[in-house]
Amino acid sequence: MFDLNTLWFILVTVLFIGYFILEGFDFGVGILLPFLGKEDRERRVIINTIGPFWDGNEVWLITAGGAIFAAFPNWYATLFSGFYLALFLMLVALIVRGVAFEFRSKDNNPQWRSLWDWMIFVGSFIPALLWGVALGNILRGVPIDASMTYVGGFFNLLNPYALLGGLTTLTVFTLQGAIFLVLKTDGDLMSRAMAATKKVGPVATVMVFGFVVVGYFMTEAFARLGINPGIIPITAGAVLLAAGWFIHNDRPGWAFIMNSLTILLSTVTIFMSLFPRVMVSSLNPDWSLTIYNASSSPYTLKVMTIVALIFVPIVLAYQGWSYYVFRQRVTLQSELEY
Amino acid sequence: MEALTLARWQFGITTVYHFFFVPLTLGLSILVAIMQTMYYRTGDETYKKMTKFWGKLFLINFAMGVVTGIVQEFQFGMNWSEYSRFVGDIFGAPLAIEALLAFFMESTFIGLWVFGWDKLSKRVHLATIWLVAFGSNLSALWILIANSFMQEPVGYVLRNGRAEMTDFFALLTNPHVWVQFPHVFFAGMTTAGFFVMGISAYHFLKKSDNQEFFRRSFNMAVVYALIGAISVMLVGHTQAQHMIQSQPMKMAAAEALWESEDPAAMSLFTIGNEPELRDVWAIKVPGLLSFLAYNSFDGEVQGIKNIQAEYEQTYGPGDYIPPVAVSYWTFRIMVGAGMAMALLTIVSLYLVSKGKLTGNALLLKALMWAIALPYLANTTGWLFTELARAPWIVFGLQTIEEAVSPNVTAGELWISLTGYALIYGLLMVADLYLLLKFAKAGPGGKSEAQPEKAPAGTPAGVIAK
Repeated sequence: MFDLNTLWFILVTVLFIGYFILEGFDFGVGILLPFLGKEDRERRVIINTIGPFWDGNEVWLITAGGAIFAAFPNWYATLFSGFYLALFLMLVALIVRGVAFEFRSKDNNPQWRSLWDWMIFVGSFIPALLWGVALGNILRGVPIDASMTYVGGFFNLLNPYALLGGLTTLTVFTLQGAIFLVLKTDGDLMSRAMAATKKVGPVATVMVFGFVVVGYFMTEAFARLGINPGIIPITAGAVLLAAGWFIHNDRPGWAFIMNSLTILLSTVTIFMSLFPRVMVSSLNPDWSLTIYNASSSPYTLKVMTIVALIFVPIVLAYQGWSYYVFRQRVTLQSELEY
Repeated sequence: MEALTLARWQFGITTVYHFFFVPLTLGLSILVAIMQTMYYRTGDETYKKMTKFWGKLFLINFAMGVVTGIVQEFQFGMNWSEYSRFVGDIFGAPLAIEALLAFFMESTFIGLWVFGWDKLSKRVHLATIWLVAFGSNLSALWILIANSFMQEPVGYVLRNGRAEMTDFFALLTNPHVWVQFPHVFFAGMTTAGFFVMGISAYHFLKKSDNQEFFRRSFNMAVVYALIGAISVMLVGHTQAQHMIQSQPMKMAAAEALWESEDPAAMSLFTIGNEPELRDVWAIKVPGLLSFLAYNSFDGEVQGIKNIQAEYEQTYGPGDYIPPVAVSYWTFRIMVGAGMAMALLTIVSLYLVSKGKLTGNALLLKALMWAIALPYLANTTGWLFTELARAPWIVFGLQTIEEAVSPNVTAGELWISLTGYALIYGLLMVADLYLLLKFAKAGPGGKSEAQPEKAPAGTPAGVIAK
């Protein structure tokens, strides 16, 4: 039955898709920054490829957080208090990273710049890793008691499967960033980014398939999908392979589209395998949080639906426009604003 | 320390720190937008330089506000999970709407503004900064709609063991919103005005280049700050009158008014004995509190003891008295700083009109140091409105004690609290270093980072110029 709870589950999925695709590439760019930028000006070029976008990309996460709070308050409460230290680490990383983008070019001292460049790296690396850890745990199920409270502590989250998930998102986002840099730079920088895609691409592919295969044995969520998981997960695998093929044949535009589709379809797969649950309890299936026992009242869902239907298209329109305005490549000869 | 205490300290520190940057963002975004509008209208390059210079300081501050705001969005769930479960049905909505309507707008258009000088037409580029200003202030409105529910719950029913929304428009028209939001909005104007006035005063004193640049900046800022400072006081007065109706305990604590009085005297200076709920020594003006409350020299203002007795009747046995000394002094520091700012702007405006401002070294020095005043007022004001609501997290519905996450341990809180304090401290140092550096350098100053132009002689470098 299709109801507002389902609609909000889909909307949260959409927000995470947008977040992973968009911040995926700016995390990747941040991770690659110290390795691809050989000198200061090149690093500035790399940063400027995401300069106008990263802040807007991050709002996808904030909005996803807000949407979960508004539509599924129990999900918000259980997830965020449960994954407390992991989330704290991620927040610190995002803080340092955001400030670093703004501060790094405001002083000429090479040590100052190097400090903030490494902060951009660390601030991109940690969340890129932690997102996979979080997803791995959500798929695997975590100890949640009858009162919807997570009772597992921090180290319970650092299990091998979740860490494999972490490496998966880390490599996929790095690949996404590398392809993005191929599209947005030129010259030596572009060649180096191209070389990076060819190195990271195969690793990311192995990771994704590894995560799925292990997931079939380790999680009940994936196992629920069955031997024939349906068109979406299979297509997710296919587009990932296609991304690799396009990288190999130097077609970065298509590779970017395919890799974005991989992220999109994988995210759909993950949420689909959870549905209608949002947090799986490893202690007792009855204690899992679902889109019903975790949700807001019908009235609030209705209000939020109206707001979302009006404003999501507007946001998409002006964010799309901003990508259009900055569609050109950033080069060493560009005037690098501020 | 137990987890609850640590969680409160963490929320207090992260929120006050976040709010250190927000009012300047609110006010300065509009002021920079006005400067750019002047440039657009007149084509005068000085206005463009003003936009760029103040815009750069704005951006340094903006970044800090944005990144510390992410913590705010998540820590309700992290540290106050029982609060989130209890009011999520109501409180989550304005937060989500804030992100969707305001955060997307300000973050997308700030990118377009910073990187779009050469890529957008002048007109469209001007629109981007106005949208940043609009988005920032819109976000303040939505977060205060959420906060107002905690101060004065409306449009809800208690059902399924939680507060559920029954009337969205009641949230929007909550009377508390419409005294609190203007208060914060005008505080933002005042903060930005004093920020620009103080830095300009520094350059007048130093007799640096660009006197005309700072003269114009100062003149705009002083009018802006005056409107802000006077309005903030008028709104504050209305807000206090509303508070006496809706949260009488908060007002009684602000005045250290132990017993109900009619007419009520206003304390100018009280040394109190808080545990025994009595004055040790006080100077009071008879009837003034009644006048402030009701615009007439009589009328009963309820005292702490009476309200405590009344609340025990309504809510059951318990201690309903907020920390009185903290409430009393934060309130006084806020009001005192506000009055000092109003006075300073009036004197400054008078001297500007007489053409005597730049010769008055004493006032210029005072204005430099007065940059601290709005920060003092903003911080104490926020501390007051939140602390003097104790023991309630949501007035009359949930106490702070009931709201905390049961599964976040004191050990975890020590890690996060120390972590935030350390990172925030270091970032504050870096932030102040940059602000001071650019503020002192002035427009096109020597210590400014070299604008990153293409190497001389390359074709694109010529084109870009």
